[in-house]
Amino acid sequence: LRLIYTTTAVQRKNVGASGPEKYTEAFIKKQIEEFNLGKRHLANMMGEDPETFTQENIDSAIAYLFPSGLFDKQARPMMKHPTEIFPEQRKIQWGEDGRPFHFLFYTGKQSYYSLMHETYEKLLNVQKYQDQLTAQDLPPQKEKRNLAGSRWLTKIELEEMLLEKLSDSDYSRFIQLLQKLMTLPCGDIEEEYIQKFSKVVPAQLQKVVIEPLKYDERGVAFSTGEGTRKTARATAVVYDNGSGKITVNGIDVLHYFPVLQDREQLLFPFQFLDRVGKHDMVCTVCGGGRSSQAGAIRLASAKALRSFVTEKEVEFMRQAGLLTLDPRVKERKKPGQEGARRKFTWKKR
Amino acid sequence: DDKLLSEPLSHPDFFNVKELFSLKDLFDARVHLGHKKGCRHRFMEPYIFGCRLDQDIIDLDQTMQHLQLALNFTAHVAYRKGIILFISRKRQFCHLVESTARECGEYAHTRYWQGGLLTNAHIQFGPGTRLPDLLIFLSSLNNVFQPHVAIRDAAKMNIPTVGVVDTNCNPCLITYPIPGNDDSPTAMELYCKLFRMTIIRAKDKRRQSEVFNELR
Repeated sequence: LRLIYTTTAVQRKNVGASGPEKYTEAFIKKQIEEFNLGKRHLANMMGEDPETFTQENIDSAIAYLFPSGLFDKQARPMMKHPTEIFPEQRKIQWGEDGRPFHFLFYTGKQSYYSLMHETYEKLLNVQKYQDQLTAQDLPPQKEKRNLAGSRWLTKIELEEMLLEKLSDSDYSRFIQLLQKLMTLPCGDIEEEYIQKFSKVVPAQLQKVVIEPLKYDERGVAFSTGEGTRKTARATAVVYDNGSGKITVNGIDVLHYFPVLQDREQLLFPFQFLDRVGKHDMVCTVCGGGRSSQAGAIRLASAKALRSFVTEKEVEFMRQAGLLTLDPRVKERKKPGQEGARRKFTWKKR
Repeated sequence: DDKLLSEPLSHPDFFNVKELFSLKDLFDARVHLGHKKGCRHRFMEPYIFGCRLDQDIIDLDQTMQHLQLALNFTAHVAYRKGIILFISRKRQFCHLVESTARECGEYAHTRYWQGGLLTNAHIQFGPGTRLPDLLIFLSSLNNVFQPHVAIRDAAKMNIPTVGVVDTNCNPCLITYPIPGNDDSPTAMELYCKLFRMTIIRAKDKRRQSEVFNELR
């Protein structure tokens, strides 16, 4: 049996920084050869062409051969190139005569301190440039930077970049230096340098594509939405120019959901948008129980209503929690306990 | 090879470091200014010229002699390809010291000193590290006005030290103390310039001597 590559710790320990030479170069070369051989064997097994077997094909093949019900994607069996699994290691820091390569080697944290040194040098450059401008009586440039759309690198990302362990105070000091550099009036000169340490954060809404309205034979606008809750799956079709009729699985809502609470859940998206009597709805739902089916239809109808409504109202719906999938599922029962959380009765003797 | 190493030792000032500085340069860079009388360390009294309005003045003639010895020693260490480590815990001059070290091709440590850097080097760095052969203290106190730990560690590891000692410092464990001001920017720039020029001069001389030897 070929060795299946497993992941490093779930918390993404920075293996590159913890010790010198845990993985020698020869070891990694061997792993790469084994990976390539294993890739060809896998392609053979699946009946595909070994030459054009991409990483996506490998992932789908492994998922087919070793199905796993584990929630965490990182915990499932995976087969990746060794450079992705074994993170970069620091090689020997000094030459033949014993002299270290880096001038800050004897501090212990050479990459971090050299980074601070460079950043401070940029700061001094900016101050010198500012002084030159004031000497020539030119006003300092003021350009507004988009502060909301970007974030600094996290501590783990910085550790990966430097291949060195950092402490929290080190990291906060570095971020303070960067912020100081950014807030200076003539900080635009060093934009490129600062961009190396910032990441763009796209607003959440931009990722989700809202479908446009469709028109059926009668000329009435409609739109579909899908929703899930626990084990229930629902699809809802919301029609315009309606009178507030709701049909579920071909049955009227009053007969399908006799309980008031479920019908309130169905009406909530319409009530939020003040469109209670204006839309018709036809839904299909399967799985789950009474309450989870109601929740699934609520999510499906809210998603369908996005196409009828302005962007601001969509943002309001998102903040009200109408568009969020409820992630709660039934927790598994553990051995040694009566239920998921309930323990057996404790008897003193 | 033996001649290469033994020839500089026969001259008292092989690298001619005396011409790099003069008394006037030291005075203009305000090297003679010390701290107030209350901060004076007992062992610095031989190096102090006098006290004016409660401020100690350092004797520049003694400073000249000590500086010449120290620069001569660093030049010899650099000639014999030794590792030189610049140490200063003054936050104002951290960048200056690091840039000086980088330009010389030597090493600097102007940050927080982790306990076992010299004494526990085989575990802190990997096995087989080479320790520095000379430590140069451009300010021998740390941020809490106590003697820098590296002075004691270098004495333990038999590493010679060169250090600029101000009137509130302890010159005992430093092999080549240089009594002088370590707080003014002009004084620090002067020291950095002097050390940089000596080290570069010594390295150039070594390269020339090696070329001459190969030509024969």
